[in-house]
Amino acid sequence: MSQSEAGVVLAADRHHAHHFNTANEEFDACKQGMWIFLVTEVLFFSGLFVAYAVLRVFNPEMMHEAHHLLNWKMGALNTVILITSSLTMALAVSSTQRGNIDKAVKLLWVTLICAGGFLIVKYFEYAHKFHEGILPGAQWHYEELKIAKAPLFFSVYFVMTGIHGLHVIIGMAIIYWLIRRAKRGEFGPAYFTPVEITGLYWHFVDLVWIFLFPLLYLVS
Amino acid sequence: MSHAAAPAVQHGDNYINHTPGIKSWLGTLDHKRIGMMYLFTIMIFFLLGGIFALGIRLELFSPGLQYMTQDTYNRFFTYHGAIMVFMVIIPLIPAAIGNFVLPMMLGAKDVAFPRWNLFSYYIYICGALLASSTLFLKGVDTGWTFYTPYSIRSSSSATYVLLGAFIMGFSSILTGLNFIVTIHKLRAPGLHWDRLPLFVWALYATSVIQVLATPVLAITLLLLVLERTLGIGIFDPKLGGDPVLFQHFFWFYSHPAVYIMVLPGMGVISEIIPVFSRKPIFGYKAIAAATFGIALVSFIVWGHHLFVSGQSEFANMVFSLITMFVAIPTGVKVFGWVATMYKGSLRFNTPLLYVFGFLFVFTIGGLTGVFLATIAIDVHLTDTYFVIAHFHYVMVGGTIMAFLGGLHYWFPKFSGKMYHETPAKIGAFFVMVGFNVTFFPQFIVGVLGMPRRYADYLPQFTVYNRISTIGSWILAVGFIVTAWNLWRSLKNGEKAGDNPWGGLTLEWQTASPPPFENFLYDPVVTEGPYEYRGDKVYLGKNA
Repeated sequence: MSQSEAGVVLAADRHHAHHFNTANEEFDACKQGMWIFLVTEVLFFSGLFVAYAVLRVFNPEMMHEAHHLLNWKMGALNTVILITSSLTMALAVSSTQRGNIDKAVKLLWVTLICAGGFLIVKYFEYAHKFHEGILPGAQWHYEELKIAKAPLFFSVYFVMTGIHGLHVIIGMAIIYWLIRRAKRGEFGPAYFTPVEITGLYWHFVDLVWIFLFPLLYLVS
Repeated sequence: MSHAAAPAVQHGDNYINHTPGIKSWLGTLDHKRIGMMYLFTIMIFFLLGGIFALGIRLELFSPGLQYMTQDTYNRFFTYHGAIMVFMVIIPLIPAAIGNFVLPMMLGAKDVAFPRWNLFSYYIYICGALLASSTLFLKGVDTGWTFYTPYSIRSSSSATYVLLGAFIMGFSSILTGLNFIVTIHKLRAPGLHWDRLPLFVWALYATSVIQVLATPVLAITLLLLVLERTLGIGIFDPKLGGDPVLFQHFFWFYSHPAVYIMVLPGMGVISEIIPVFSRKPIFGYKAIAAATFGIALVSFIVWGHHLFVSGQSEFANMVFSLITMFVAIPTGVKVFGWVATMYKGSLRFNTPLLYVFGFLFVFTIGGLTGVFLATIAIDVHLTDTYFVIAHFHYVMVGGTIMAFLGGLHYWFPKFSGKMYHETPAKIGAFFVMVGFNVTFFPQFIVGVLGMPRRYADYLPQFTVYNRISTIGSWILAVGFIVTAWNLWRSLKNGEKAGDNPWGGLTLEWQTASPPPFENFLYDPVVTEGPYEYRGDKVYLGKNA
């Protein structure tokens, strides 16, 4: 989806904020801003990945036992769903750039539905865990797995997937907002900044899951 | 101030009178107004944090408990630390002075994302109010470092303070993000990277740290909140978690945060010195590179906070060695500043006095840092008043003095008025004397073994604590004189003119106070920011 920065030429008469010289400059600034934001996101998640690594290095057997309680089939299904949504998001961006707004709106809807599907699968996983008492830390009351520190694996699991799920929900809200604006005819080859930078965000959310899935579901 | 028409602006329009009414300020997207709103808000919290500091010193005037219980004392030092770190020193120079000055130094009309800039201000307000609302609840007694496991079990309102600091972190991240994009995308024509003022370089390096380190604090505080509310156990030894992991996470942010606090101060110093020496800065590229050197090293020294936390000997040695590397770029800067003043035509206005104060005090703070990086000494001095004195020499002696210097330096630009010089110098004198009288005895009493964070102490430490407490009163007088003088100058100061100091950076090449869009004509830069040469020297009326 990504177009080289030099290749982006926004219409010279396109409206832009007063402190930018050109619409192109504004686009570049927004894109750079989103990249830096994604760097902060990487560091935000990095704390969790470090906590995971520490737990795993010191308790490899516990991690192995505890991860069997996760349903890897559901995780794999969600991986497919999110990768699909990343594809449709990328196609939505390129459709917007080409001025095919009807198609872009449809693709954004598909992205939104995929995101919803992801959350539904997640809901069934969570509900099952809650029902069994497979809960983080002090909340744990699942009797069948007696290995020490197993609740900590689920602390990490719930915090990581919970925060990731929050990112999915925020992404859904933004994508819905994009659909509204696209339908009002605000986007086109002359102006597609919000679509493009939302795309960057959405790929990041997808990428986090691609790390979470093997680390949590496929430990062995 | 509507009549404060500077010569460059015939119609007298400036950012202060551009639109009338309090609403136009609260909803403003103008970086100058947002900077001023930050400045006033932060000063309120500075007062609050200062009151807690005076309370601590008052209790320590004599051994035994006089004015407060031990629980109250715990709350006093926690609030003092948390307020001063999260609400005052971290946003102080970047968000207040930087917001105002940075776009002007770049010849830009605003920061890259003005809406996010205003939003970051309100995030800061929300977080700060949430954290300080606990004053009316059960307070917080964990110390500003929130060490586990005590912070998990503390029955105080620590959760709200943690959430408040979490929220304020986003304000810091957004400011940093905004500044980086502004510096990349909004430089005036001709303002190449090697012509950027050093304050801009300092803010750039600070922003990089804010963007890279603050998210780690955010997740750490969030985990601690979950620890307190849901008992997730990651940091809780009772549930098999690791409390030292919290210390690693916390200092991975909070050590770089020390440089979020001090790098902008160094940037201010780098601006004031050439202007008041009327000489090009010595070693421009070296100082700019040293700024980034410090930022880089700041990320790999956090372990020196954990020398006594059960870290491996090997890790201790590595962290000790790397910590000492910080002194190299810092030394480059200090020598660059001193060499700039050498054979310059110095003008001893208040900003330069604060620079002297900074150099003297900050060097002591920095050198005691090298001292503490030595493991054997650190093991002896950990959690004593020596550490307290060390970081106050860096944070108060460094950052606050640089801030006060910068505040006087840019006061004419902010307000269009000149501050009254004599009371400002008296204020600076009291700050310098009060600061040293307060904190120098703490080095001694620390070496003698007085631990931090106790409301009581052994009788043999009395004299040092008495001197320190008296010093805190002198310091308070210094701040009050300075605040009163600036407030008075705002009302009846002389008109400053556009460029009272003869500065060559772009913010001085427009009216004071600046017009709404900063410049009437888009500036074009043709040379570096400190090119003081015979034909170029412009002596302002205060020269």
